[in-house]
Amino acid sequence: MATSQEIQVGDPAAQADAVTAAVSAGVNRPDDEDLQDVGGDKMVLNMGPSHPATHGVLRVVLELDGEIITKATPDIGYLHRGDEKIAENMTYTQFIPYTDRLDYLAPLANNVAYALAVEKLLGIDRQLPPRCQFIRVICCELARISSHLLGVGCFAMDCGAMTVFLLTFTEREKIHNLCEALTGARFTTSYTRIGGLARDLPPGWVDQCRQFLREVVINLDEVDQLLTRNRIWVDRTKDIGVIAKADAIDFALTGPNLRGSGVDYDVRKAHPYLCYDQLKFDVPLGSMGDCYDRYLARMEEVRQSVKIVHQCLDQLPGGADNAAGEPINVSDGKTVLPPKQKVMTSMEELIHQFMLVTQGVNVPPGEVYFGAENPKGELGFYIHSRGGGTPYRLKIRAPSFVNLSILPHLLPGHLMSDAVAILGSLDFVMGECDR
Amino acid sequence: MTPQRLAELLQSRYGALVSAPTEFRGEVTVRVADAEQMPEVCAYAKKLGCDFLLDITSIDNYGEDPRWTIVYELYGLEHRCHLRLKVDVGETKSELPSVTGVWRTANWHEREIYDLMGIRFRGHPDLRRIIMWEGYPHFPLRKDFPLAGKPTDVPDVAFTNASPMEGGPFVTTPGGKDAIEREPRAKELKG
Repeated sequence: MATSQEIQVGDPAAQADAVTAAVSAGVNRPDDEDLQDVGGDKMVLNMGPSHPATHGVLRVVLELDGEIITKATPDIGYLHRGDEKIAENMTYTQFIPYTDRLDYLAPLANNVAYALAVEKLLGIDRQLPPRCQFIRVICCELARISSHLLGVGCFAMDCGAMTVFLLTFTEREKIHNLCEALTGARFTTSYTRIGGLARDLPPGWVDQCRQFLREVVINLDEVDQLLTRNRIWVDRTKDIGVIAKADAIDFALTGPNLRGSGVDYDVRKAHPYLCYDQLKFDVPLGSMGDCYDRYLARMEEVRQSVKIVHQCLDQLPGGADNAAGEPINVSDGKTVLPPKQKVMTSMEELIHQFMLVTQGVNVPPGEVYFGAENPKGELGFYIHSRGGGTPYRLKIRAPSFVNLSILPHLLPGHLMSDAVAILGSLDFVMGECDR
Repeated sequence: MTPQRLAELLQSRYGALVSAPTEFRGEVTVRVADAEQMPEVCAYAKKLGCDFLLDITSIDNYGEDPRWTIVYELYGLEHRCHLRLKVDVGETKSELPSVTGVWRTANWHEREIYDLMGIRFRGHPDLRRIIMWEGYPHFPLRKDFPLAGKPTDVPDVAFTNASPMEGGPFVTTPGGKDAIEREPRAKELKG
């Protein structure tokens, strides 16, 4: 008896065209013709805000015709905390812990994105010491691995593949251990500071990180074997939730959701920040824009992130223990807190310390937008400053918020059970969406 | 194509409607004089390759006239240029035409601005609150809305007291019991 079955792949481009044509004609599953003409009364079904497939507190009001969704109305805001209002009432440094709670599955990446936005406004984003840049990239990529492992694990669990979730969470646990050693916290890292980092790498961390990178690829291969050519998984995800290239651009999707539809846009490549221009990595692109492509894109991004972290650890200026004393902060005393010994002995440093703690970093008037390639997509910060220590207006362009806005367009025409797969494949997080 | 070139092309077509570009930290900003022309300017910018609307933001210039500034972050996936459009809207009107016809992603951004800032977008297909709930009486991102919240006389839709945390288990009051003793599980642990 055959234990595996060949999957008919065919010409992806032709398939993509066929599916796109079918979507525009209003038919998402052309082979289920008998499902298309089920007439009768429509039913309204409330999905969420507390539903395992909504990954938090998303509520979607679905209008069903039999099992087919005819209308979807997302209802967000259940996790709104007023982060943008809060930001206007505190110094730039004080807002860093709030960025942990945006995409709480990748707090390190949020810390880095926010710090870079403020540094761009200060005009020091190109003056960061090399060691700081490399450590920040390691942080971003570890966050990406962590977020994608969770994304794939939950997506698979929503579709019934429980084992994958257990495998990926085993690996995430190791990333949390690394975070704990690095920042003192497993989730709420608050690791960056304006102009640098809170602390250098602890002793032995580089070896622990290498160990993790070796283990995660083994586990990733196992996930790959469980899912990628699994008939049930392919049936549940292929040709489901197809986002055409033009729609992905029109709805301004970012991250793996945009690249799954074949649009080549990655901020790390298009506008390299930190030291991304010195690192070698590929950006995976999908061809069909369905749930399966978004899954493949995430799996490949994890592998690329592993590659990036390996390069960073090898090229890390100052090496693992930083015996040479490479700086991790910019040298400007008016931006970064001075070393404690100097505060106790030198007048100038004491003044800097006092001013920074009581009034915050003095930021010039002006406005900047900075977008970073986060695991969920482009996390942008628009900061409007009128000078002084607090932002006049801080707007967070949350990738999950924008990615979810395609739901009313994407869900209709699909079966109710496909909605679960589509939500899983979009990989959103409500902490960031609702802010 | 450069952001400056984009700004020049906009200026050559619209003349005085579009201001000269200003540059700060490598980003080019252009001010549009009349909010009513915004969809037209945006449609032309899209023709120039700005097919990707990153974000729409609103700023409350409280105490100044005009009170509102709307900020559009445009991006082109082909030419990889970023351009910022800004337009002022007066408080008495607090309304401008929607750009949902140009980019569909504008839908939720405009709803958010309406919800939190109270600026209406004419021609928007579905202008409802998005983050706050239906019937909420205030616009919380306005500068005259206090951080602690505002009381309301509509108890069904919002808190009637300014600070909903007051008297809660984790709010410290001077001279009162400390947080550990007020913690709801403290009794169970003792008893």
